[in-house]
Amino acid sequence: MKSGTLKNITSKRLFLPLFCLALVLLVNVITTPDFFAISVRDGVLYGYMIDIINRASELVILAIGMTLVVSASAGTDISVGAIMAVSAAVCCSVLTGGERAATELVAPLFAGFGAAILVGIIIGCFNGFLVARLNIQPMVATLIMFTAGRGIAQLITDGQITYVRVDSYKLLGSSFPGFPVPTPFIVAVFMVAITALILKRTALGMYIQSVGINRRASRLIGIKSVFIIFLTYAYCGLCSGMAGLIASSRIYSADANNIGLNMELDAILAVAIGGNSLGGGKFSLAGSVIGAYTIQALTTTLYAMHVSSDQVPVYKAVVVVIIVALQSPGFARWKKSLAKKKGSMQLEGKEAA
Amino acid sequence: MKQRKKMNQNTFLLLITIVLFFLMYGIGCALFKDAGFAKTQNFLNLFVSNAGLIVIASGMTVVMITGGIDISVGSFVALACMMLAWMMERKGIDAVPAVLIVLATGIAFGFVQGFLVAYMDIQPFIVTLAGMFFGRGMTAIISKDMISITNETFMAWAKAKIYLPFGGYVNKKGVLIQPYIYPTVVIALLLVLAVFIMLKYTKFGRSLYATGGNEQSAMMLGLNVRKVKLKAYVLNGFLCGVGGILFCLNTLGGFVEQAKGFEMDAIASSVIGGTLLTGGVGNVFGTLFGVLIKATIEAFITFQGTLSSWWTRITIAALLCFFIVLQSILAMIKKGGKQD
Amino acid sequence: MEQGSVLEMRHIYKTFPGVKALQNVDFTLKKGEIHALMGENGAGKSTLIKVLTGVEEFETGEIHVDGTEGAVINRSPQEAQNRGISTVYQEINLCPNLTVAENLFIGREPRKAGLIDWKEMNRRASELLKGLDIHADVTKTIDNYSIAIQQMIAIARAVDMSAKVLILDEPTSSLDDGEVEKLFSLMRRLKKEGVGIIFVTHFLEQVYEVCDRITVLRNGQLVGQFTTAELPRVQLVAKMMGKDFDDLAAIKTEEGQIGKEAEDIVIKAVGLGKKGYVKPFDLVIRKGEVVGFTGLLGSGRSETVRLLYGAERSDEGELFVKGQKHSARNPLSSMNCGMAYLPEDRKNEGIIADLSVRENLILALQAKRGVFRLLSRKQQEEFTDKYIEMLQIKTASRETPIKSLSGGNQQKVIIGRWLLTNPDFLILDEPTRGIDVGTKTEIQKLVVELASQGMAVVFISSEIEEMLRTCDRMVVMRDSAKVGELSGEEMNQASIMSTIAGGQ
Repeated sequence: MKSGTLKNITSKRLFLPLFCLALVLLVNVITTPDFFAISVRDGVLYGYMIDIINRASELVILAIGMTLVVSASAGTDISVGAIMAVSAAVCCSVLTGGERAATELVAPLFAGFGAAILVGIIIGCFNGFLVARLNIQPMVATLIMFTAGRGIAQLITDGQITYVRVDSYKLLGSSFPGFPVPTPFIVAVFMVAITALILKRTALGMYIQSVGINRRASRLIGIKSVFIIFLTYAYCGLCSGMAGLIASSRIYSADANNIGLNMELDAILAVAIGGNSLGGGKFSLAGSVIGAYTIQALTTTLYAMHVSSDQVPVYKAVVVVIIVALQSPGFARWKKSLAKKKGSMQLEGKEAA
Repeated sequence: MKQRKKMNQNTFLLLITIVLFFLMYGIGCALFKDAGFAKTQNFLNLFVSNAGLIVIASGMTVVMITGGIDISVGSFVALACMMLAWMMERKGIDAVPAVLIVLATGIAFGFVQGFLVAYMDIQPFIVTLAGMFFGRGMTAIISKDMISITNETFMAWAKAKIYLPFGGYVNKKGVLIQPYIYPTVVIALLLVLAVFIMLKYTKFGRSLYATGGNEQSAMMLGLNVRKVKLKAYVLNGFLCGVGGILFCLNTLGGFVEQAKGFEMDAIASSVIGGTLLTGGVGNVFGTLFGVLIKATIEAFITFQGTLSSWWTRITIAALLCFFIVLQSILAMIKKGGKQD
Repeated sequence: MEQGSVLEMRHIYKTFPGVKALQNVDFTLKKGEIHALMGENGAGKSTLIKVLTGVEEFETGEIHVDGTEGAVINRSPQEAQNRGISTVYQEINLCPNLTVAENLFIGREPRKAGLIDWKEMNRRASELLKGLDIHADVTKTIDNYSIAIQQMIAIARAVDMSAKVLILDEPTSSLDDGEVEKLFSLMRRLKKEGVGIIFVTHFLEQVYEVCDRITVLRNGQLVGQFTTAELPRVQLVAKMMGKDFDDLAAIKTEEGQIGKEAEDIVIKAVGLGKKGYVKPFDLVIRKGEVVGFTGLLGSGRSETVRLLYGAERSDEGELFVKGQKHSARNPLSSMNCGMAYLPEDRKNEGIIADLSVRENLILALQAKRGVFRLLSRKQQEEFTDKYIEMLQIKTASRETPIKSLSGGNQQKVIIGRWLLTNPDFLILDEPTRGIDVGTKTEIQKLVVELASQGMAVVFISSEIEEMLRTCDRMVVMRDSAKVGELSGEEMNQASIMSTIAGGQ
C-alpha cells in the first residue's frame, strides 16, 4: 500500500523536475543560509532567489522552443546559443546604425528588436527547412548554424563588441524604474504564457506531440507533419532571438563570442530535467520551465560555492549524462533484465517452498 | 547506365573534394603569387599547422563511419594541452610519462563515451555534447590561467625540424633555404596511413563500415555491433590523445579557450572529405583533403590580409552546409531511383 | 527423428500477450525438398520461422535438427546459423555499402599476414557465385544490384556457410518474372545438393512451380501438411482462408438498399494506378454499399485503397468523388471530400501510442477542422464518452494512453476516430486482424449498420467468411491488378476462390 502511493507520486510527470529543484534548493539551505533572504535595494528586489529568477529568463525562453523542437522531431536544436549571438549583433548594429558604440539611438528601439527577432525566425526557418524538408538529422542540420552563427555575428559587428549605451535599451535586461521586478522575468513569463495559450487554444500542441510520436499515422489523419516540424524550428528561432535580446540588453552590448555561450546544453538539459523524453513525443512545458529554473539554481549554487563560471560545465555535464542515462533504452533493458532475474528468483523460491 | 551512375556517387563526393582543393590552391597561387603562396614551404605549412587536426579528423572519420559523431574533440584537445602543460610545468613530470598519461586519458574518455553510446543507446550527439562541456570544464578546473610549456624534452620535440632534400630555393642573400617539416607531420601522416590500412584491411575496419551501413544487417551477419561501436570510440579517444599532443607541440601551452570550434573543423573536414553523416561511407584520405581545404581557406585569409578570421568559420560552415545538403539530395535521388 | 528429414518441429506453442500465436504446430522438412509454408496474415508463419531461428522464444515443444543430438533451442540467429539453419529475409540483411565479396565473407574474411586478402576474397567470391550461376561483379557495392541479385547473394552466403536448412521468407515479393525464374533455378540446384528449403510465399503459382510439399497454418494452428501434386489450388486457398460458415446469414439483413441512381455514386475510379504499385483499375462504389477487396496477401488490395485515399499518390487515371474530380493529393484533401481510412498497420500507421484515448479519438476531426478551431475540452470529452459507449471500448478512462488498451479496443478507438469525422466513404483495411472473436463480430455488425445508414464502405479482410458475411460486392485482386468483381449469386466461396487462384 505504502509503496503503491510512493510509486504513484514518483510516476507523476512533474515529479522529476520538482524533485531536482527541491534537491538543489535544499543543498543551498545547508550551505548558504541567507539563500532565501530577499531584500529591496535601490527599489529593486535583491537576493539569491531573485538572482535565479532573473538570470534564468533567457534559459526559460530557450527551453520553450527547445521543448517543442524535441517533441516534434526527436532531435535537438544546438544552434540556439549561436542564434542568440546573431540576434544580439543585429539588434545592436541596427540601434547604433552600424557604429561600434552609441550613446544615442540611431533607429527606434522596436526596429532593433524587430530585426533581431526576425533574424532569429529566419535562422530557425533555415534549420526547419533542413530538418523537415530535406530530412537531415536535427543535430547535424543545426550544426551548420552552430558553426556559422558566431562567425556571422562577428561579421555583423566587425569582430568588436558593439555598445548601446542608452538607458532605454538597458531596461529590457534590468528593471523599469520604480518597479521592483526584473524585466527579463516578466518577458519570460510573457513568453511562457503566450506559448501556453497558443498550445491550449489551438490544436498545435496535440499536433506536435502526434507528429513526434508517430509521423506516419499523423500524416494519414491529415496532419501536415513536415510543416509542423518546420514550425517548431521557426518558433525555436524566435525564442532564441528573444533570449539574445535580453542577454544583449543586460550588458547593453553585443558580444559575439560570449552571448548565449553554452546555452544549448542548458536548454537541452532543461528539457530533459523537465521530464521530457529526448526521443520526442509527449511534452510538458511546465516541466521544461521548472527544469530551466532548476539549472539556473544549480548554476547560482555553484557560484555561491565559489566554483568559477568556466568550471560549471563539468557538473552540468555529469548531471546531463546521469539524467539521459536514466532515460536511455540501455538502462531500461538493464532494469528489465534485473526485474526478470528477480521474478524468476521469486518463482524459484515459491517452487522450493 | 544506372549502375554506372550509382557507382560514382561516393567517389563523386570524394572527387569534388580533391578537385576543390587543387582548384583553391591553384587560385591561391595565382592570386598571391607575389606573397609567395606557391612556395613549397607554404604548402608544407598547411600540414605543419594542422598536424593535430589531421589525426583528430581521422578519428572523427572512424566514428562517423559507424554512424556516430563526436563533438567533444575540441575540448578534449584543450584538456590534453592543459594536462601536458600542467604536468610538466607545475608538477615536474617528465615529457614521456606526461604524454603517456594524456594518451591513457584519451582512451578512457573514448571508453566512457563509447559505452554510453553503444551499451546505453544514448544518441552520440548528446553524449559527446556532455563530453564537450566536461572536457572544457575540467581544463578550467586544472588551471584557469594559461600555462606555457618550457620543458626541454618537449621543446626539443617541437623544434626538431626535418629538412626535405627538394624544393629548396636561394634567397636574396644567396643562402639556400630548404623546406622543412616537423616530426608532428610525419606522425600525423603515418597515423592516417595506419587508419587507412585498418579501415581497408582489417576485420575491425570492415565491421565499422558494416555497422554504419546497416546496423540491423550487420547484426544479422553475425557482428557484435555494440562492441564494434565501443571500439570505434576508444580508437577515436586514442587518436584524440595523439592529436592533442601534436596540437600542443604546435602551440606549446594550455589554456581554457584553446582549440575552440575544433570539433567543427574535424567534422567539416570529414564531411567535406566524403564521409557520410548517415554512416557507412568514408575514407581517411578524403578527410586529409578536407583538412587541407580548411587549411587553404585559412592561408587565403592570412595572405589576403584584410579579411577577418571569422571568415574561416563562415566559409567552413558554408562548405559544410553545401556538402550536407548535397549528401541529403544524393540520398533522396538514390532512394527515389530504387522505387522505379 | 525420421529418416531423411533435416528438421523436425513438434508441438510448438507460443503466445503473445492476448494472442495464441502458435498452438501445437508440427513441421517436418526433408533433405532435398522445397517446402512451402503458407497461411494468411496472423496465421503464424513468421512466428514459426522466428521461433525456429531463435529470434523469439517458444514456450513448449521440441525442435530437432539433423546432426545435433537431442532437442535444440536456438537462442539467436547466430546460434541457428551455427546449426546449419540460415534465413534469407524479405528485407535483405546485407550491408548496402559493402562490396558483394565482403557481404559474402564478412566476419570470416580470408587473411594474409593478418590483413584482409582482398584478392583471395574476391577470387573465392567470384568462384562461389559462378558455381551457383549468379552473375555479379564481386568488387562492386551491393546497392548496385537489383533486389533479386541481392537475394541470391544472400542465399549464396547462407549456402557457403554450409546450410542444411535454408529459409526463404517471401523472397519473390519484389521480383519480376525473369528474376523469379533465376531464383527458382538456384533453389532447384540447391535442392539437388540436398539442402532443405522452407519457402514462405503468398504466390500460389510459384508454390505449384517449385514446391514439393506444403504446410498450411491458420490462426496459429496447423491445418495440415500436403503433397503439392495432390492438392488442387482451390482447395489450398480454402484451407488457407477457412470455410466455417457458422452464422453467415445472420448479419446481412435487407438487400436492395444500395443506391441505383447516378448521384448515389460515391467513388468512381477510371484507370487509376501507380507504376510499380497498382496496375490501372476501374471501380465504382455507391452509397450504402459494402465492397470487399479480396485476394491473397500481397495481391495489391491494401495498395489499391491507399491509392483511393491518397496515402500514395497515383500517377495515372482519374478519381471522382461524388461526381467531382478529385486529384488525391494528400490525406487531408481526401478527408475533406468525406473519406476515411483505417490502415492495415495499426501500430505504425494507426494509433498515436502515447496519446490518450480522447486525443486519439478526436485527432482526425480536429485535423479536418484545422489547427485554429480547437474542439473545446468539453466537446472532446462528450465525443469520447459517446464513442466509448457506442463502440463499447474497454478503457480505464478517457485519459488512458491508447497503448495500454488491448488490440481490439485500440482498433475500436481508431474506427471511432473516423466515424467522428462523419465520412461518406469509409475504408477499413483489415479492421479485425489480431482481434478476439467477439470484437470481430461487433465490427462486422457495425460495418453493415453503417452501410444501411447510407455510408459507402470498403472492407478488407484475410478471412473469406467474414467478407461474405458483410460485403455486397467483392473486388478480387491478384498480382497488383484487379482481376474480377463478384456480386449477387456469383458471390460464393467457390467462385471467389477460383478467381483468386486464377487459371485452373
